[in-house]
Amino acid sequence: MVKKDLEKVDQASELNLSRRNVLGAGALVAGAGIIGSQMIDPIAGIAHAAGSDAPIKIGFQAHRTGIGALYGRWYERTTNAAVKHINSIGGIAGRPVEIITEDDGTDPKRGADVVEKLATQHKVDFVFGTLFSHVVMGSAPRAGELKIPYFVVSEGYHVASGALNRYVFQPCITDVRAQISAVSGWMFNNLGKNVTIIYPDYAFGYNHRDYASAAAEKHGGKIVAKIAIPPTESSYTRYFVKIPKNTDVIYHVMVGPGVLTFVRELGEHFGPNHPQLFGFIDSLEGVNISSPGLDFLDGSHFWEAMPRYASAADSAGSRFYRNAVGVDNSGASKSDSKDIAAYSHMFGCWETLFAIKEAVEQSGYKSKKDYATLIETMEGFTGFNEGIAHPQGAKAFSGKTHQCYGQQFVSKVGNGKLNVVHKTSIADGMYEPETDYTKQSL
Amino acid sequence: MRKKSLIYSLLFQGGILLLLFILQFILPTYHHSSVSKIMVLASYAVAYNFLLGYTGLMSLGHAMFFAAGMYAAGLGIYYLELSALGALLFGAAFTLVISLLFGLFALRTSGVSFLIVTLMFGQTFYLSILYFNEFTFGQDGFSLAKHLGKLVIFNKEYLYSNPDVRYNFALILLTAYLLISTLIMFSPVGRILIAIRENESRTQLLGYNVYYYKLFALVLSGTFSGIAGAMHALLFTYVGTTFAEIHHSISPILWTLLGGAGTVIGPLFGTGIMYYLVDIISGITSNYQLVVGAVLILMIIWFPMGIMGTLRQKWMKWLP
Amino acid sequence: MSSWINENGPLLFLALLDGTVTAFVLALIALGLSLVFGVMRIVNIAHGEFFMLGAVFSWFAFDLTDDPLWGFLLALVLAPALVGGIAVFSDRFILRKIKYHPESTIVATIGLLYVIQSLTLIVFGPEARAVEAPLYFRIQFPWFGYSGYKLIVAGMSALGLLGVWLLMIRSKLGLYMRATQQDLEIAKTYGVPTKKIYAAVFALGGGLAALAGVLVVPIRQADHLMGLEPLLLSFIVVIIGGLGSIRGTIVAAFIIGISDGIISVFYEPTLAKMLATLFVAMVLVLKPSGLYGEEVA
Repeated sequence: MVKKDLEKVDQASELNLSRRNVLGAGALVAGAGIIGSQMIDPIAGIAHAAGSDAPIKIGFQAHRTGIGALYGRWYERTTNAAVKHINSIGGIAGRPVEIITEDDGTDPKRGADVVEKLATQHKVDFVFGTLFSHVVMGSAPRAGELKIPYFVVSEGYHVASGALNRYVFQPCITDVRAQISAVSGWMFNNLGKNVTIIYPDYAFGYNHRDYASAAAEKHGGKIVAKIAIPPTESSYTRYFVKIPKNTDVIYHVMVGPGVLTFVRELGEHFGPNHPQLFGFIDSLEGVNISSPGLDFLDGSHFWEAMPRYASAADSAGSRFYRNAVGVDNSGASKSDSKDIAAYSHMFGCWETLFAIKEAVEQSGYKSKKDYATLIETMEGFTGFNEGIAHPQGAKAFSGKTHQCYGQQFVSKVGNGKLNVVHKTSIADGMYEPETDYTKQSL
Repeated sequence: MRKKSLIYSLLFQGGILLLLFILQFILPTYHHSSVSKIMVLASYAVAYNFLLGYTGLMSLGHAMFFAAGMYAAGLGIYYLELSALGALLFGAAFTLVISLLFGLFALRTSGVSFLIVTLMFGQTFYLSILYFNEFTFGQDGFSLAKHLGKLVIFNKEYLYSNPDVRYNFALILLTAYLLISTLIMFSPVGRILIAIRENESRTQLLGYNVYYYKLFALVLSGTFSGIAGAMHALLFTYVGTTFAEIHHSISPILWTLLGGAGTVIGPLFGTGIMYYLVDIISGITSNYQLVVGAVLILMIIWFPMGIMGTLRQKWMKWLP
Repeated sequence: MSSWINENGPLLFLALLDGTVTAFVLALIALGLSLVFGVMRIVNIAHGEFFMLGAVFSWFAFDLTDDPLWGFLLALVLAPALVGGIAVFSDRFILRKIKYHPESTIVATIGLLYVIQSLTLIVFGPEARAVEAPLYFRIQFPWFGYSGYKLIVAGMSALGLLGVWLLMIRSKLGLYMRATQQDLEIAKTYGVPTKKIYAAVFALGGGLAALAGVLVVPIRQADHLMGLEPLLLSFIVVIIGGLGSIRGTIVAAFIIGISDGIISVFYEPTLAKMLATLFVAMVLVLKPSGLYGEEVA
């Protein structure tokens, strides 16, 4: 029952998002959580058995196949780890959590069917876990029609832009617009003013192109060239000749299997005298930094949402999380050192489940008829504290945009690993809300 | 004989449609929604079958027509603020133009060349949606939920995504497609189309302009695929490139062949069976593509005429 | 004019260099597709998956030997052989059963594509895996550097093409293949074992794709979805070159490889792909036999 009290502490400190409080309380909770989860396990087990409530069912829309399969695997592992932990500390509002997983093949049309199936056949309480933005776009209308809360872990700007509906939340992963705004300031101020941006020729890439350009204006930088590369491309050399000679920094973001080729060919093209490199880790999620041909990245910088390599600066919550999801200190699976985690994205699954827990417990949600209260409760949230529930760090949350904003990291590649050199503040990434979902009817 | 056969087949299809009508009052929510979707997709397959089943031309680019109807309707609603009916008509008109243009070129080829030409045109269309992403919203696609008005029936307002509206609109679409398909098959035009499939050069020798008949079948098939796409946009409120990809061109081949190419009702069975097969298999293993692939191979080896084709050959000789 | 060359010369040079490398690899993949079409009169939609399997086997060889050179040599022998085996199996148990009917074959090979892709996903996993190049060096030009291994790839592809050409004109198998291509019935009457020839051609087609996969994998990575892009490109090449024509295939591969390089560098890459597919469709429509080659139908 000690655990219950600690939960209260966690919630109480929620009201005040001052940094010191957040970190202090987070560490306290984290520490206690570790002890708690080890000591109180059997008691918690009895507690929810005695509560004898039916489980809370959460539908997990997973990318098991298709282009998202690499991320999907880690999203699934993280989700299972989070549920294991949540159940070990008494579940959600005393009820055990049950995850029901359906594969959407990373395809929007299958995505809508999956939301439907989870909601109406498995009769889940919530749907969660979608990553790829076109799948979110395809599935979200269905969630809105079915009036079922839909928690995505996508980092797309689609939630905050107002393109979706009031049932869709992105409570625990910062959207790409905020990420870019936060770290590109650092890039212009520390690496150089003349920037060439190389991005994939579709929605995700356009966000980078547009918001990095906006950031350039703000920080007195200049985008000297914008080079779009189609996502299906498998050879990049010919694009590199378009990089102007006066480029100080190459800002690169690629997704998909071509990334290793991209980096290696960049190295072949420039040789030792090359501009600074600033990349987004999306390119290298699931890829070992010491893979053959990546030595060219030595000394270059990357954005990370959560540092892949463990360091002494990690919070207790962060350490607990790393251990719980089965990732070693260099970001690989503990059971297979060749299996590299999607570490800068998957924390979103873990944290979102805790955000759901918090919203359910605060709103007194019992069944589907309480959706309105649950949604209004979550819209009333202003942020989350760092701790076991939110190992990536504290977050601000906007009820209007249904989007959270967290700290970001800039890491430098050295000795075959990524070392954090800068941590942004939450405010660095925030922007004026462009939509207000609370005005939509439920 | 032909008259009797027409009556039999109309009764048969009427029975199936009546069954679908009654099902909506019995089916649990999930299956209610699944059957709505199956009916829209089956309409697409029926439209596809106009071409494959009756003229023997196999297209590998029909997603282009489906997506053309879908995007015309969707973008029409988004930019031009068309009404739902307006969007449907706009989608139909746009696909009519596209399929006519396409047919004028593609029908100069036949057989495997036709197949590759359709594949290439389909791919060009898909790439152009990506290329003009500022206008089409590229790979992400867009939702129509906020832009679509409400449907007024007897002074009551309904959303297009309302389950009952969706089910019955899908049923109306399917009914219309099956009826038109049957009537064409029993018309002189239908006879000539089948003659082309069986022996093109002989039909030509008999003095028919084969090109025009093929063009007719292609334009009809394309336009009806486009209307199915527009309907999909209205009822399921999402428009995206996934509907223009090559996989969405392969699907109607699979559905049509499984159900029985050249039978009017076959595509409906093929679509329904495949939809539920994928649905059930994906609950057991995430590798439902493996099953789809295996079904394709086994079917083409053991079951080349599909379900209804085999039934027709063995027992239901009157089946159109 | 000279200022244009000063400004765009390096671009043009790179487009030509890169285009040439692409062209050689493309020719190797497309030649496999073209032979299968020429002799067996069928279109193999799973051809891209044979390429993918070559790359995937190459990764396994690299992982097994843990040495780039030995892994590469092992893959060079083993991958085409294994893929050839799979092709023979598919020929015997699928294609022969449907009597090589053109449309049925397309459906069956679409099925094969799904099966191969799914099995690879199960065994190999969803990620892209890198394979180290057997020989690696960087060539520095005045304006930029270039991968030496890419030139090796081009050279080895050229050797592969030469090998096929010799096989076609010098060996008995080649003679039989040409005979079957020209007239199946006459070939049969003259005692050509056409069933075996079909199996051999299908294996050779698959083996060439797999060989290309082995060569290319060190410059890109192996992943289970990599087959679609080369399939579409090979279609383009085979069509422009004329279905079934070796010379046409090689010429077309150069046209596509280099023009794609140039359009992508000077204009938009997505536009380049759009124009290429549209161009191919129009070639087929206006000149169904392709730029080279005999009348197909």
